[in-house]
Amino acid sequence: MSDVSKVTVRQRSALGRVRGMGSAKQGSHHWWVQRISSMALLPLMLWFVISVASLAGHSYADTILWIGHPFNATLLLLTIAIGFQHTASGLQVVIEDYVADEMSRMAAVLAVKAACTLFGVLAALAVLKIAV
Amino acid sequence: MSIENNARDATMVGRRTDGTAFRRPLSPHLQVYDMFQITSGMSIAHRITGTIWAVGLLFLVWWLVAAASGPDAFATAQWFFSSFIGILVLFGLSAVAWYHTLAGVRHLMWDSGYGYDIPTVQKTGRIVLIATGVMTVLTWFIAIIAWA
Repeated sequence: MSDVSKVTVRQRSALGRVRGMGSAKQGSHHWWVQRISSMALLPLMLWFVISVASLAGHSYADTILWIGHPFNATLLLLTIAIGFQHTASGLQVVIEDYVADEMSRMAAVLAVKAACTLFGVLAALAVLKIAV
Repeated sequence: MSIENNARDATMVGRRTDGTAFRRPLSPHLQVYDMFQITSGMSIAHRITGTIWAVGLLFLVWWLVAAASGPDAFATAQWFFSSFIGILVLFGLSAVAWYHTLAGVRHLMWDSGYGYDIPTVQKTGRIVLIATGVMTVLTWFIAIIAWA
């Protein structure tokens, strides 16, 4: 066993290297989508936080007017879509790291995706109802 | 935690497809590793803030649905958000959001291959912590001016 630690670790088989999909069978796709969504959310987050902070204490009519403006409604829809996608993929990684049992893990990931889809569509519909 | 029923798994020894043995990489041991140094502490905090923000999104949904439902529903949401607990929740969420955003930028920097040496890691870590405080205060400064 003493020589084992000196061996350069190459755990992937030749076939695995050719396919390039790793143990998750999806390659780097999930990781890459998380990075892209996080980059998209940077300017959206800046805009959203500053806008909502400036709306503090404003009336119902003012708020409706702000949400209903085409520019704000567009950015809100993008924030909702990309935000919930980023949330679902982030929570998925957390679940996959900590839930060992395969059935529980799959159930938890699916529940998170269902909840993110449900609340994402609900939020988007609310924006559309005001804006359209 | 899964129960190891295989001695080879427990000792972190694996085999390649050609049958030769190798030592599997081992994560930092939870009872030995100091988790509150700035490196690991901020890594854990990035996960925790991401998870809290996920729950916090429900307040965004509530706010939008209330606005779409009419003045009465909106007044109820406004009442909560301007209550003591509501402001406490929003303040916490704004700090959590800024932390996750700024630490996320640090992660993107790492992903593109920069800033891995320990002095830089500690420096960018401190910058993120300070910037989180500054941006959270700035956000509430804007909110208070808008409110007044």
